[in-house]
Formats: sequence, structure tokens, C-alpha cells
Amino acid sequence: MLQLTGISKTFFPGTVNERRALVDIDLHLKERDFVTVIGSNGAGKSTLLNIVSGSIRADQGTVAIGGRDVTKLTDFQCASYIGRVFQNPSAGTAPHMTIKENLAVAQQRGRRRGLRLAVTKARREQFKQELATLEQGLENRLDDWVGLLSGGQRQSLSLLMATFTHPQILLLDEHTAALDPQRAALVTRLTAELVERHHLTTLMVTHNMEQALTMGNRLIMMHQGKIIMDVAGEEKAAMKVPDLLAAFENIRGAELSDRTLLA
Amino acid sequence: MITAVELGLLYALMALGVYLTFRILEFADLTVDGGFTTGAAVAGVSIVNGVDPLVASGAAFVAGLGAGTITGLLHTKANIDGLLAGILTQIALYSINLRIMGKPNISLLREDTLFSGLRASGHLGGSSYVGIGILSLVALAFLALIIWFLHTDLGLAMRATGDNSEMIRSFGVSTDAQKILGLALSNGLVALSGSLVAQYQGFADSTMGIGMIVAGLASVIIGQAIFGRLTVFRAAFAVVVGSVLYRVVIFLALKAGLNPNDTKIISAVLVVLALVLPQMGFFKRIPARFRPRNGAQTAATGGTVDDPVAPSESDAEPAAAPKEQ
Ligand SMILES: Nc1ncnc2c1ncn2[C@@H]1O[C@H](COP(=O)(O)OP(=O)(O)O)[C@@H](O)[C@H]1O
Ligand SMILES: [Mg+2]
Repeated sequence: MLQLTGISKTFFPGTVNERRALVDIDLHLKERDFVTVIGSNGAGKSTLLNIVSGSIRADQGTVAIGGRDVTKLTDFQCASYIGRVFQNPSAGTAPHMTIKENLAVAQQRGRRRGLRLAVTKARREQFKQELATLEQGLENRLDDWVGLLSGGQRQSLSLLMATFTHPQILLLDEHTAALDPQRAALVTRLTAELVERHHLTTLMVTHNMEQALTMGNRLIMMHQGKIIMDVAGEEKAAMKVPDLLAAFENIRGAELSDRTLLA
Repeated sequence: MITAVELGLLYALMALGVYLTFRILEFADLTVDGGFTTGAAVAGVSIVNGVDPLVASGAAFVAGLGAGTITGLLHTKANIDGLLAGILTQIALYSINLRIMGKPNISLLREDTLFSGLRASGHLGGSSYVGIGILSLVALAFLALIIWFLHTDLGLAMRATGDNSEMIRSFGVSTDAQKILGLALSNGLVALSGSLVAQYQGFADSTMGIGMIVAGLASVIIGQAIFGRLTVFRAAFAVVVGSVLYRVVIFLALKAGLNPNDTKIISAVLVVLALVLPQMGFFKRIPARFRPRNGAQTAATGGTVDDPVAPSESDAEPAAAPKEQ
């Protein structure tokens, strides 16, 4: 479903600020794979998602979605295949538009936008049903401005908007990180439900190792632009947080000894 | 006074154009000063050459579409700052307008215009309210069109482009295309307004667009300061009323003894007042929707880089109260 081949990305190449964000990444997601991604700050997780979504162009390598080469497409051209939720709850919705208008915008994902009234009676009903699944009473607030919603509500709405049109890939970048623990748990639960209901192929970055282990069927760990661990199925199911921590320690240890060697 | 109201209704189309760019796309578009004259010039020359005035006005609209498209292309494809892109088109249009007209001034007094019938029967600018009635219907028709457009799928995409461009791109909309379209439509309205004003006053003049953007902003800001901009409906309606109010204020100022050359500074002061007053402490107690948008939420950056200032969340306290259009 998603095929990354030989992806490399360096920011500010050839300057003192040079940053090798991704180094020769190969990653293949099968249909309905749900992959969680962990890694230290600056490991390249967001860059990886931005390259999949077309927000950033890779220096090398190719991206294919559902067999289609999308390497050269920009973000809005990829959007018909990809649903996205960002870390910042304000990022995924338009604050000065109503809930129903935001949903109408989302429903036209990748379709032609013409001169038909966006919110029809039929759509209202459909939006109500979709919102009801969020269990936050938003189905009674169709006409409210999204800017009035709390961060948790906005993030739930973003999640709904990203998923209900069945994109081929769902990209989540620490989408619960800005929420308090209770709301984060709610959005996490909704994520699992929506991915399940819409049979989505998902790539989810998280800083929460517990979450990375309990969700999805596969886990990758990134470090310095490389995938340094890739576990799936029973192997993943058997893993515990201490195992991940140990893996982290391992890399850091290796790094330290590298440095001592160099010194 | 009646003349002021009638002019206000004609300028309302220009103000609606400014609303599209300034409020919907959050783009201060200085093309307006040039495009307004372009509309007057195109219609004027066409009418003098025997073109039907309705067709001539349509041609003015199309010319405005072109002007706006050029600013849009300069901004989105050539990556020129929005203000500068508008200024460049505006200055270029000044030369083009003189080319179109062939001379600085075209008289339409003896020509058949959209308004000659009304004028001849004494229904315009005089003591009759028929002119106001008819022009109100015209302004309301365009108001209805704009409001309808902003509620279509396309219109929603345009509003989202101004509200959260990152978000609307993630749903497959080219924000560049939306900006170009918005600028084109806006300047189409501006040029149409210019053509109507020229026909109303009986001449087209190469300088008649100077300061027009400030008049447009004044209409938008004054109208919305009074009527609010809670919904698209209210916001756009406020613009039309603001345009009439603005012309009436100017009319009263002149009547009070100010020189016609002073109208530009009156406009500038009005806009400054309308922008500054709401920021003062006293006005802060006024409901938020009457205040200018305070960059309510800088939503756009999102996932590209980790956002260190992601708002913390709380159900008791809504993120903000940004209820304006
Ligand atoms: N837009 C950018 N411009 C310059 N450098 C960037 C940009 N985005 C990311 N980087 C750099 O690339 C590396 C990987 O960043 P990122 O993908 O955001 O990491 P993560 O999401 O895993 O924390 C970091 O060193 C970061 O500084
Ligand atoms: Mg990141």
C-alpha cells in the first residue's frame, strides 16, 4: 500500500547547519498495516511523514501509494490518498468555519469543488451520524465555530475529518502529545476505533512507548534518520516498555563508545 | 445626500471585492486602485464606441478578472510579497488604463449608459428615491451572489485558504489556485464597480481609482465594526452598509466645509480610527466579535516542525472566541 524506497533527505546540505534527517530509508506497509513509530527528538519521524504526504520532497528515493508513484507530487496533490492529523490541535481544522463546514471541506477530499451548496440536508444528517461516533455531543453543535471547541474536541474532529473519507494512508504525527492525559486517552481510543472501522493503513508517530506497543501491528524505532528496529506481530506483542528502553540505551551506549573511540 | 447613498451602493461592489481579499483571503490587495480605473476605462471606451452599456460593464468585469489574476500569479508563482505584487499591478495598470482611454478623461454625458434612462426621468441623484431603490436591488443581488458563493464547496475552500492554509492543502486544495481565483473575482467586482461609477457620474478619469483601496477597507472595517462579522451573511451585509455609510460620512464632511481634496485624509483617518479604537482598553469589554481579529489562532504550522507552543487543552476554557469572518 505504501512503499518507500531509498529515501534520503538532508536539510541545508553543504552548510554548517547541515542536518541529515533521513538516510536511505526503505519501508513497506501492507494494506491495513498499522505501524507505530518511535524515536528520540530529531530522529526524522516528522520528516518521514512529511515526505509521504508530499509536504517535503525527498533528495533521493521514491514514494508509491497503492502502486502509484507519488514521489513528485506536492501535498495537495497527494491529499486524495492521504489523511493527516497534526500535533497542534489548531492545525487540522479551520477555526472561523463551523463544524459542518469543516466536515464539508473534508468530505470533498481530492474531489472537484464546484458551485454546489456545501452543506445540504442530507450531508447534515450524515455529519450528525459521524459526529455521534465521537461521543462528545458534537452532533448537536453542527453550527458552532470550530474555534470555540477545546483542544481535545478539535483533535477528535480533525481525526474524524482525516478518516471518514477512507484515505488510502492515514498519517498521525504525535497527535495526542498536546492534550492532557485524559483527552489524550480519549483521542487514542478514537484513533483505534476509526482505523478499525475504515480499514485504514496507518503510520502513527508517538512519543508514548506504551501507546506504541499497545496500538497497531508493527513498530519501528528511528534514530538519526535510520530505522533501527522493526518488529511486528507476535514479536511486537511480546515486547514491553523496558525492552524499548533497553533498545534506546543500547543505541546511546553505542554512540558513546563511538565517541570515545574517536576521542 | 441621495447622491451619496446611490454612490455608496455602486461602490459597494468594490467594497465586496475588498472583503473577499482582505477578510476571506487575509490579503491586502493594492491592485484595487488600478483595477477600479481599468473598469471605468474599458466601459468608457466601449460605450463611446457604441457598445451596449451592459456588454461594456461585462467587459469591465472581465478586465478586472485579468488584473486580479496577474496579481495572483505574481504573488503565488513568482513568490512576490502580496503587498508588492498588488502595487506592481496597480502601477502597470496606470499606464495600461491611459492606453485604453487614449487620453486622461472620457466623457460619457452624451452616451447611452446603464443609467441614462433613470437620469433622464429624474430618478437619479435628485429628490426621488427610485434610484436608491433600484441600486439597492443591484447591490443586494451581488451581495446574495457573494454569500451564496462563500457557502458552496468552492467558496468553503476559499474561506479555508484564508483561515488555515495548511489544513485545506491537506484536503487536496491548491491554495495558490484559490488565491488567484479570489483575487480575480475581487478585482472583477472592483472593475465592475468602476464601470458603474463612471457611467453614473458621466465620465471616466485616469485618476479616479486613487485611494480606492482605502475607501474599500474603510467600508469593510466601518461596516463590520458596527454590524459585526459573526457569519459570512452578516459580514458581507455589513460591507454593503459600510460602503453607503462611508459615502455619507464623506458627504457630510464636505458639507461641513471640508475641501474635496481632503477626502483622502478623511478616509485614512477613518480607517485608522476603526482599526485603533477597538484595541484600546475601554473597548476590550465589547464582545469579541466587534473587535478586529487578533490573530485568534495561528493555526497553520502544524506538523511540519514540532510546535513548541501547541495550546494546552482544557474543556472549561474554549481555545479562543474567534467568531468572525
Ligand atoms: N524544515 C526543516 N528545516 C531544517 N531542518 C529540519 C526541518 N525539519 C526537520 N529538520 C531537521 O531534521 C531532523 C529531523 O527532524 P524531525 O523529522 O522533525 O524529527 P522528529 O520528528 O523525529 O523529532 C532534525 O535534525 C531537524 O532539526
Ligand atoms: Mg516530530
